[in-house]
Formats: sequence, C-alpha cells, structure tokens
Amino acid sequence: MNVESTIKRTIAGRYRKERRFQQMGMISMVIGMMFLLWLLVTIVQDATSALRQTLVAVDISLDEDNFDQPINKASIKSASFGKMIKKSLRKDFPDVKKRKDKKQLYKIVSNGAEYAIRDSIIESPELIGTTHRFWVFADDEIDMLMKGLIDRNIEEGNRRVSDKTISWVDELVAEGRVETRFNWTFFTSGDSRDPELSGIWGAMKGSIFTILITMLLALPIGVAAAVYLQEFAPKNRFTDLIEVNINNLAAVPSIIFGLLGLAILINYFGLPRSVPMVGGMVLALMTLPTVIISSRTALAAVPPSIREAALGVGASRVQMILHHVLPLAAPGILTGSIISLARALGETAPLLVIGMVAFIVDIPTGPDSPSTVLPVQIYLWADSPERAFVERTSAAILVLLIVLVSINGLTAMLRNKVERRW
Amino acid sequence: MSFKENQEYQTVGNAFSDDPMITCRNVDVFYADKQAIFDVSLDIAKNEVLAMIGPSGCGKSTFLRCLNRMNDTIDICRVSGEITLHNENIHSRETDVVYLRARVGMVFQKPNPFPKSVYENVAYGPRLHGLAETKSDLNEIVESSLRRAGLWKEVKDRLEQAGTGLSGGQQQRLCIARAIAIQPEVILMDEPCSALDPIATSVIEELIDELKQQYSICIVTHSMQQAARVSQRTAYFHLGKLIEIGLTDDIFTHPVHELTEGYITGRFG
Ligand SMILES: Nc1ncnc2c1ncn2[C@@H]1O[C@H](COP(=O)(O)OP(=O)(O)OP(=O)(O)O)[C@@H](O)[C@H]1O
Ligand SMILES: [Mg+2]
Repeated sequence: MNVESTIKRTIAGRYRKERRFQQMGMISMVIGMMFLLWLLVTIVQDATSALRQTLVAVDISLDEDNFDQPINKASIKSASFGKMIKKSLRKDFPDVKKRKDKKQLYKIVSNGAEYAIRDSIIESPELIGTTHRFWVFADDEIDMLMKGLIDRNIEEGNRRVSDKTISWVDELVAEGRVETRFNWTFFTSGDSRDPELSGIWGAMKGSIFTILITMLLALPIGVAAAVYLQEFAPKNRFTDLIEVNINNLAAVPSIIFGLLGLAILINYFGLPRSVPMVGGMVLALMTLPTVIISSRTALAAVPPSIREAALGVGASRVQMILHHVLPLAAPGILTGSIISLARALGETAPLLVIGMVAFIVDIPTGPDSPSTVLPVQIYLWADSPERAFVERTSAAILVLLIVLVSINGLTAMLRNKVERRW
Repeated sequence: MSFKENQEYQTVGNAFSDDPMITCRNVDVFYADKQAIFDVSLDIAKNEVLAMIGPSGCGKSTFLRCLNRMNDTIDICRVSGEITLHNENIHSRETDVVYLRARVGMVFQKPNPFPKSVYENVAYGPRLHGLAETKSDLNEIVESSLRRAGLWKEVKDRLEQAGTGLSGGQQQRLCIARAIAIQPEVILMDEPCSALDPIATSVIEELIDELKQQYSICIVTHSMQQAARVSQRTAYFHLGKLIEIGLTDDIFTHPVHELTEGYITGRFG
C-alpha cells in the first residue's frame, strides 16, 4: 500500500465529516431562527391591533344650565360632563329603561370620555349653548368587539359583552358613529386602569431617565476602575481578590442588587422609592462588573508592542494610556458597555424590589419623580385581566425590542466609526 | 576548554572605555526564576557604534532593553547590577524614566508603528517633549527624520495615511525616524535591518555612520557583515553571558574565545 492511495482514501472521509459538521451547524441555526421568527410573528400579530383604537361619536347638548354661572374656566372644570354623556346616550337609545341596562349602556364609552370633552370645551368655550358631536374613546371591551377579538358567536354568558350591548353597538355602527383611528394615546400617555387610556410614554420616559443615570454612573466608574486594575494596580493577593470578586459579582442574580438598593439606598440613606434615580443606581451597580470586565478585556487586547512604542519615545504611563491604549480599546469598551446597558434596559427584577412597579399615571418629569420602566410596564400589563391589555403588552414588548435593536445598531455604527483601523 | 553553563566565567577582551556614555556593571536579568543575563559588564563609549552579536535567544534583546529600562514593563522581569548614563545610575530614584527614554531611544526588533498616520508617528515624540515651537518646526523635524531614515521619498505624498499600512521594511524605517525625531543621545537598535532590502539597509547604515558623529549607538544584528561595516566594537553573547568584546576588526579577524570563533566562522549560531 502506498502513501498516495492512503491519503486519497482518508481525504474522502475527511470531506464527509466536514459536510456533516457544516450541516449540523446549519440545522442549529435554522432551529434558532425558527424560534425567533415564531416569537416575533406572534408578538407582531398581537401588537398590531393595539395601534388602532375605536372611537364613538356622542352628540352632547351643551346647555348653559349645565354650567355654573358665570361661565369661566373654573365652572367648566367643575361641570359634570359625565352626566351630559349619559343624557345623550339615553336620548339615542330611548328604549333602554331598566337601571341595570342603562348602566350597561353608559359603559359603551370610556371613563376618560368626560375628561376629553371637558378639555376640548376649555379650549373652545364658544361651543357652550350648542349641541356638538364629540368623538370619544369607546370602552376597551367595545374596542375588542370591533376588532373581532371578542367573538360574538359564543354563548352570551361566556363573553364579556352582552347581547344588548352588541345590538347597541351595531346600531351605532349603522349610523356611522363608530370609527377606528390610529392609537396616539398609546404613545403619549402613562399607565391607566382603563386600557383605552393607557400608554407607554410614562414607562418609556422612566426607562430613559433610569438608563441615563445608569450610564452616567456605570460608564465612568467602570472604565476608570478597569484602567486602574489593568494598567496601574500592582499584581498581588489583594488585587487578585478584587478581580475574583468582580467576576463573581457579574454572576450575582440581578434581584440581589435590587435588595441591596432597597436596604442601603432606600432604607438607610432614605432615598425615595419608585424613582429612576434609585433604579439607575441599582442598575449601575448591576452593570458595573460587566463594564469593568469587558473594558479590561479590551485594554488587555491592545498589543504590548504599541505600549512599548509609546514608552520608547518617552511617553509616561498616563500618556501611553490616554494617547494610545484607550483609543485602541475604545471600540471594545463601547461594545461591552452598551451591551450591558441594553441588558439593564431590559431588567425587571431589581426594579420591582425598589418599588418601580407602582401604578403610576403621571408622566415622570425627571429622575426624581416616581415612574416605572418599559419591562416593568410589560410585566404589569401582562398581569392585568382585561383582554385589551394583551395587545398592549405585545405592543410594549415590540417597542422595547425596537429600542434594544436600535441601541445595538447604534453600537455597531459607533464602533465602526471609532474603530477606523489604520 | 569546554564551556559549562553555570560556571563562573570571565569576559574576554576589554569591555571598558575611558570616555563612556553608558556603563554596565555586573548586570543580571531574570525572567521570573529563569536567568537570562549573567553578570555582564561593559561600557558604551561616546560616538561609537557597539554591535551585539550572538545566537538566537542568547539575551541580546534582553540586555538592550535594560539600557532604557524597557524591561520595567515586563512584570516578571527583574534587573540587578549597575547601569549608568552620564555617570548617573539609571535605576536610582532621581532618574526619571520618561527622561531616560527620551535620552536613550529605541528601535524595536519587530516594527511597531502607532496605528496613526505616518506624520503622527514621527511627530508624536517631538510634540510630547515640546521640541517644536511651531507647526512648521514640527513639519521640519518630521521631514528631516524621515529623510534620514531613507523613507521620505516613499511617503512624502502619503503622510496622512496609516503608518501600519506601510510595508514591513517601510514600517521599520518609520520606527527609526520616530526614534531619531527626539534626538536621543543613545540609540538602541534591535535588528533594525532584518526586514530591509540591501538598498534600504545601506541607507540605514549610512544613517548610523552619520548619527555616530553625535550619538552613541548600540545595534543588535545577525549579520556579521553589517556588524563589521558599521561598528567600532563588537560584543559576542552566548546563553546570557558576554563571552568576548573588543574592537570589531580584532573580533572578526582573530577571535580569542573558541565560542566566538565558532559563531563567526559559522560553525554554530
Ligand atoms: N518576556 C519574556 N518572558 C520570559 N522569558 C523571556 C522573555 N523575553 C525573553 N525571554 C527569554 O530570555 C532569553 C533571551 O531572550 P532574548 O529575546 O533577549 O534573545 P535574543 O538574543 O534577542 O534572541 P533573538 O536573536 O532571537 O532576538 C530567551 O531564553 C527567552 O526565552
Ligand atoms: Mg532579540
């Protein structure tokens, strides 16, 4: 047997093995992609209906005797628009006589309708004395019905909208008094008990404030610590201990950091609950180890020859680091930091512990005003029984995903910019 | 006479000079527990070129790096013995290592330009030490340094391009230009011509001749011819020991130690 034929024989086997290896990788990738696609498709499917909102037209007769005299801003504010809406509905459906039925009838429009009408009257008080048609939000159940998310064919007892209500709604539809429009509210308002009035802007702003605080704390501290540990710290048992502990901290479950924040920041230092400032500090604690580790890796990856070159022309250690090492390590530091910030943005558990799970309607105005964050908002809505919160949950997830993806995209862009390898 | 590694030894030849720029006495270097340089004593005179030759791994680079304390940057490396520049101990507390490295420039074995433009590579040192008052001063320094390193013609139209984008030999000449741009008194060159073609090599050798009018130069080389061409004195290292040192002409014509002779005549190395 000669060498040539032996090699030829083994080559065939080698190729077979390589093909198998490649195929296995391919299959894994396809499985992964399928799961991802499935997830995305379900979320997008559920979320799209949240982008539209059903409105109902009500004709309100704004008689002057509904308002305290003289008519001014204060008297408009104190007027009972709820009563006017009810009156208008009774007029539209004169057959409804029973108390219980009337109650059902009133529930067609959203609880927020009276405030919406009040606000538009404050804006244009000249409407007083006329009868005006207002488009107001329908109740979330009606919205669900209109979107076909409540099945009108199942037995009455098993659905949340009664036959009577359906017949009233059908009447309104026939009169052209029901419409669906783009759901701006979802993007401009805070949380609410009523799904049709709830939005993610409050949580979004809370997330922005929280992550800003996290970034302002974790980035400078983390990078400085990494530079010190990597470039200046003596190698001894003490620094070894610190290093081991940083690695351990990176693996600590995030909720522990929440408990730490609760015990120290809130209970000991008396900082307020539910505010982005405290949330940001807690998340900064959580992200610090990862920022330090990734920054150290990036610093260590700068070739020693560049350091020697700098020292060789008489640069000091600090000049070497500032002029050569940090610029070369910047892309790596940036990538690591932003990835850990993105993780912080999606973090829920530690924020629950420090009270950012509270029900907050007002849009936060700063890092010191109570608020919640996107992932916690998702958690809150996912926990709510109303059918209309399901689509809002999905929509909020989609928003969070979009934010995360754009952050990652931004990182890639920044990195390419900084990387400008010579 | 056979040579045993851990035996006490005596350097053959006159290692000392009347007018030294650098003196080294009983220098030992350890990498962790492993000793890389054994009890080396020698002088580098003013306006001379000292060539260091020896087989690969014998500690030439290690010794060279002691002279500007570049070994400080290696954690496990420990240097003992006395090294002076202008009669000042370079390890003493008064000696500023930044100043030392500005006075004792270095060209490394592997070309290591900064990942910056050609211009920045050369201008970095002078700017750092405030050697140029104005922008045009700086331009002048950059141009003359590049000219002396024999690189100007090749890069004058691409000063803003990456230094790392040059060829290996061009990079080495860029590093030489960078080292001479701060006008050090001593230049340590670790195989500066190993990646250069004969023409570029002769440019560098001319530069060395020119530089020696003002400076002292210590050059590590694997080329006997080069050592013979550029140096006044030659030191032969073997397994961390300075075996023989003397006038280049003497070393190459009648080496005393059998190891030196063996290396020079190509019996090993
Ligand atoms: N950073 C280091 N850590 C540990 N040992 C080292 C280090 N650098 C060099 N050595 C060891 O020191 C000895 C001398 O190395 P050195 O680089 O000085 O040799 P050299 O004479 O320059 O060789 P060459 O001609 O191949 O460049 C070698 O045995 C090498 O293994
Ligand atoms: Mg070497």
